[in-house]
Amino acid sequence: MQTDSLVEVKNLVKHFDISGGLLDQLTMENGRITRRHTIVQAVNNISFAIKKGETLSVVGESGCGKSTLARTVMGLYPPNSGEVHYGGERIDQLSSKQMLPFRTKMQMVFQDPYASLNPRMTVRQIVEEPIYFHNKGITRGDAKDRLHKVMRSVGMDPEWANNYPHEFSGGQRQRISIARALAVDPEFIVADEPIAALDVSIQAQVLNLLMDAQEERNLTYLFISHDLSVVEHISTRVAVMYLGCLCELAPAKELFSSPRHPYTQALLSAIPTVGGKRKKHIHLSGDVPTPINLPAGCVFNGRCPHANDRCRMEIPQSMKVGSEGLVVCHAVEEGRI
Amino acid sequence: MQHLLEVKDLSVEFALRTGALRAVRNVSFTLNKGERLGLVGESGAGKSVTGFSIIKLISQPGYISGGSILFEGKDLAKMSSEGIRNIRGNRISMIFQDPMMTLNPVLTIGTQMTETVLAHMDVSYKEAEKIALEKLKKVYIPSPRKRLAQYPHEFSGGMRQRIVIAISLLTEPSLIIADEPTTALDVTIQAEIMDLLLELCQTDDMGLILITHDLAVVSEVTERIAVMYAGSIVETGLTSEVTMNPAHPYTKGLIAALPQSGGAGDRLTQIPGAMPSLINMPSGCPFHSRCTICTDICKVEVPQLEANKSGTLVACHHADK
Repeated sequence: MQTDSLVEVKNLVKHFDISGGLLDQLTMENGRITRRHTIVQAVNNISFAIKKGETLSVVGESGCGKSTLARTVMGLYPPNSGEVHYGGERIDQLSSKQMLPFRTKMQMVFQDPYASLNPRMTVRQIVEEPIYFHNKGITRGDAKDRLHKVMRSVGMDPEWANNYPHEFSGGQRQRISIARALAVDPEFIVADEPIAALDVSIQAQVLNLLMDAQEERNLTYLFISHDLSVVEHISTRVAVMYLGCLCELAPAKELFSSPRHPYTQALLSAIPTVGGKRKKHIHLSGDVPTPINLPAGCVFNGRCPHANDRCRMEIPQSMKVGSEGLVVCHAVEEGRI
Repeated sequence: MQHLLEVKDLSVEFALRTGALRAVRNVSFTLNKGERLGLVGESGAGKSVTGFSIIKLISQPGYISGGSILFEGKDLAKMSSEGIRNIRGNRISMIFQDPMMTLNPVLTIGTQMTETVLAHMDVSYKEAEKIALEKLKKVYIPSPRKRLAQYPHEFSGGMRQRIVIAISLLTEPSLIIADEPTTALDVTIQAEIMDLLLELCQTDDMGLILITHDLAVVSEVTERIAVMYAGSIVETGLTSEVTMNPAHPYTKGLIAALPQSGGAGDRLTQIPGAMPSLINMPSGCPFHSRCTICTDICKVEVPQLEANKSGTLVACHHADK
């Protein structure tokens, strides 16, 4: 195992059983009653490693499993199979007690700062709660010092500590949730669409804050987003997901200048640009299939302009390209594109 | 030449217990036949209220407190509710943000489409169905006849928005108001919907008011743009001119705040602070507390829209004239 990677994910699979109760599972088939499970295959066989101090972004359209991936890495969902390693130790099978020391190192920032902050708690209570929880026996004075320090570091006046979340704007609320994540001095932060609910001028403030915090504290980020221009701006490497599978993983510069996977190419061609003339975007036929019945072969085959019989039969394997890129595509492997 | 739509000094207020909240302040703009206008701003800037008030979709406690809305020569602001019903959904159609909320989940697409046709046109049910079918084809819905019998939940998000667009086309309107039509959709679907809207405007010579917070979308689709801030238009002109050479400090800030390709890892230019609350508006220029070139005059006097040398109207005391 590489020593410079902080988080490593190996063949991660997360499925959700949504078949409901026993009666919902029973169906009539050819005059016989059969029991059937409906399974959402949210994350399928994903492997990657996140290096210390880098920002790995995961992009993809809604429903592609990027949030499930983030939550599984954090240990909020137990994976169906596969492994998650943190700093060389396997963490996906630990009990919640054994998980405790890792919880202070891994923190999460959620999408909607209106939903992720308890409206009945003051900022002080919100930010101090993880401090008290992870530092048993800490004195009130010390906790207060840490609260003030972390609030100043996210650009908020500690005077505001006794106010409630509804008294703050969206951008300030997201600062509070970042402060809560930073309060226990983590090494690794999972940010699940942290700026999607914010206005453009506020997005810039929060992104700058995230980048500053990374520089000061040498943080490692797993950044989930659907906004490709933001991802291009802040990431070291980018992973593209489609229907629960990894399509391509490459350094941000490489991915945006020369995308290899046909899905990445289509995705990038759809980004609108300010001042640009409307460019010809690659039209994908059809819709994203449901993750309940994954297509055979490559998951993208139904919409891919380069698909052939092999793509419809055989699941592609990831292949190294460029300096440190990965691409999962038969057409690239065969040199057809 | 007569404009298709001429909005003059439009003000919209909401009567709250604490006093009148002026959501739209003296907004004026024009739209010619077949022209595409983008209305851009952050949440709370008044762009949606402006769009809604054109077809009088403002309900209590909101009301149009001043100004006029001339559409094809008639003033919609003074029109009775019966009069506006012949215009709304007929001559002017609206597309909303979330297609799942716009469509009725318990009626088939066919019912919802023929209902609209029958409400506005004197045709038989057969003919109404024919029109519905034709419009579904126009928005590239595959196997439209089969689709007419289906319910909204049987469609994907992008398809649903196509159907909403098809419904808005049924009466062949001369103006479509689209309020954040792609905000709830993915980027690849967004590109398709925008291509479709652009194509329809060009082939049918339809006017479009595109309300969105996304400057990039506006800059690709529209010909003219109006940037709103705290209820007023702060800059308006040709889209290419405003996006390439923004004159108002707010527009400059908005464009600079977007991550640009090539500048990876650099800090983004941020606009400090947040938009003032419409209840407690500062004196003078509404942007002055966040502005980097603010001087004494900005704190006292409200700037008016004035043309600069490239023809863009800018409301700023310090913009180059």
